[in-house]
Amino acid sequence: MGTTQHHERDLLRLATAGSVDDGKSTLIGRLLYDTKSVLADQLAAVKRASVARGGAVVDLALLTDGLRAEREQGITIDVAYRYFSTANRAFVLADTPGHVQYTRNMVTGASTAELAIVLVDARKGVLEQTRRHAAITALLRVPHIVLAVNKMDLVGFDEATFRAIAADFARYAADLGVRDVQAIPLSALEGDNVVDASTRMPWYDGPTLLSHLEDVPVDRDPTTEVFRFPVQVVIRPRTAQHPDYRGYAGRVASGVVRVGDEVVVLPAGGRTRVVGIDTADGELTQAFAPQSVTLRLADDLDVSRGDVLAPADTPTVTGAGLVGTVCWLSERAPAPGARVLVRIGTRTVRGLVRSVGSRLDIDTLTTDERATSLALNEIGTVHVRLAEPVVLDAYAEHRRTGVFLLVDPADGSTLAAGMVGPSVLLAASNEPEQCRAR
Amino acid sequence: MRVAHMTTGITVTEARAATAPGRLTQLQALEAEAIHIFREVAGEFERPVVLFSGGKDSVVMLHLARKAFWPAPVPFTLLHVDTGHNFPEVIDYRDAVVAEHRLRLVVASVQDAIDAGAVRERPDGSRNALQTVPLLDAITTHRFDAVFGGGRRDEEKARAKERVFSLRDELGQWDPRRQRPELWDLYNGRHSPGEHVRVFPLSNWTELDVWRYIEREGIHLPTIYYAHERSVFLRDGMWLAPGDWGGPRGTETVERRTVRYRTVGDMSCTGAVESGALTVDDVIVEVAASRLTERGATRADDRASEAAMEDRKREGYF
Repeated sequence: MGTTQHHERDLLRLATAGSVDDGKSTLIGRLLYDTKSVLADQLAAVKRASVARGGAVVDLALLTDGLRAEREQGITIDVAYRYFSTANRAFVLADTPGHVQYTRNMVTGASTAELAIVLVDARKGVLEQTRRHAAITALLRVPHIVLAVNKMDLVGFDEATFRAIAADFARYAADLGVRDVQAIPLSALEGDNVVDASTRMPWYDGPTLLSHLEDVPVDRDPTTEVFRFPVQVVIRPRTAQHPDYRGYAGRVASGVVRVGDEVVVLPAGGRTRVVGIDTADGELTQAFAPQSVTLRLADDLDVSRGDVLAPADTPTVTGAGLVGTVCWLSERAPAPGARVLVRIGTRTVRGLVRSVGSRLDIDTLTTDERATSLALNEIGTVHVRLAEPVVLDAYAEHRRTGVFLLVDPADGSTLAAGMVGPSVLLAASNEPEQCRAR
Repeated sequence: MRVAHMTTGITVTEARAATAPGRLTQLQALEAEAIHIFREVAGEFERPVVLFSGGKDSVVMLHLARKAFWPAPVPFTLLHVDTGHNFPEVIDYRDAVVAEHRLRLVVASVQDAIDAGAVRERPDGSRNALQTVPLLDAITTHRFDAVFGGGRRDEEKARAKERVFSLRDELGQWDPRRQRPELWDLYNGRHSPGEHVRVFPLSNWTELDVWRYIEREGIHLPTIYYAHERSVFLRDGMWLAPGDWGGPRGTETVERRTVRYRTVGDMSCTGAVESGALTVDDVIVEVAASRLTERGATRADDRASEAAMEDRKREGYF
């Protein structure tokens, strides 16, 4: 009845990178406003705050800069999450600040993103900062990049300017191994090609930003992935109706599982078969990522939180020696011999940092093999010896399970975010220098 | 450069059809994420508690928790901070739900805290900000280590920056500058004795998502969320319900209006909106067309200053 529509819309998580100077806040403000995601009272509050600060125009950055310190200092400190939707798709946007601690924030935003918008100013073209943002996006293997060439109004909507910037970026992205880049010329301030197609750039026949976001195909196809199921909790009701029920609750991290599948319980290695896939809404014959389900198994094995179920017929690497590419998130630098907790999947194990090496220079994409430590916001390789074996899925093939955190056992703070594998970065890091130097 | 791929409607329909593994709809994805969060807390903490007020967000949280552990009962206690100015319909609803699902409910009372001298009544009669002390006392007394809240990032600009797992110190305080980076779906719940973690399973939901989910799941809510006739008076542009808490005053006059509530909190600061929405479908249409956020329309407490929510959160508020 009425106008209620039962849209079966899907969800796209994306991240934005760029600085206020590039017009990022204006662009986000435009997306939110034109999709009617900013409501009248929020806009009125921003107008009041803009006037109170002596501003002549409405400062849309105040929509996103929510913390007192941010407003007082006119900077963005932290990742902010924004929500907007169209008839076909809902969006979760991680808005990451361009300047302060950009690496840490960008890595956080990109970790869950399927698409990243990298913003450049048409007058300035591809800058060091643009390259950094693209490199982090590639490091995290975000499948889609949008190069938003903003402020086209300030270059007279010139096609050649846009083409040159797009070509420049495309070369760099190819070096990084990024497969999907869509360049879009736009003016966030005046609205050209953000939501509505520009009439002032007839030479551009590609999508507007919003239509691209709506239509971008989501690569993820669970049938092409290898099944992984980190066990979160064991469900044992021991109630009158379910005296003997025993199920393993978790989220399918990747791939598909079907009733009857032979599985192996890792790291111990016991084999069994899936006899039931339960949800509160009823039994399923199969489940795929990222569904949350409960699996029943044929045999009474010792399975608990931290274990991973995987297909019995494909090889899986387990081990107690972890080599990972990490983004260091703490002011406490890593040192050989330091004790850490390693959180990987649903498992937490004790570990000992054996060595730190090969710091990545995100500006030049070169690695410094002599590095012995990492500072806040730096990216490099660590070797950690673990107290017990874990499943080691390489991040290059397993974006959902090949990740870990290093945690300080003393106060529980998160020291580093890591991806399993020695050099997750990029085919490019092994290529000759001249490919990267411009 | 690649050719722009314009997905056709037909392709999309095919991809989503039937039982082939595919892509979850938005609501399915949000539900799967929330269930994952509930199970992480069950796996990592010893004494979790769910803040349950009978408000729609807490009702949806409880529904998700029941689904997460089915066929086992919800492994968490419920906690309600009772301001003493609650809508009676909501208290009745709360007690009925607790009885129906045989849950354990702890009630922390603002009135008790006032009687004990721990907090003092404010001149405007609002007890919203007074909830922080009894909340923290209850957390300490019962040694709760994880506290589920129904907060959503779309609600308010300070909440837009809060983590799903949000660490609070021994004094229950939130320090936005010391938040832990939160990557992938690896939630870090490590904490020292005396500290606790606030957990927000609905972080990525919007008001409209909550309503659509209520519709999809057929969730029963307190009646005051739907249009009804009520005696109200106007204060600061909001329709408030008269009561012992301090209204109406002076020139404020009570009149009968057909209203409903978009949020349910302390009577002193929760306003009704004029509405004829009798069903979930009606409410969804109304919310989708609304030009005001639910907090902007109905919460006096967030209007106090630009950073009103951040300041309350720092002190340990929900």
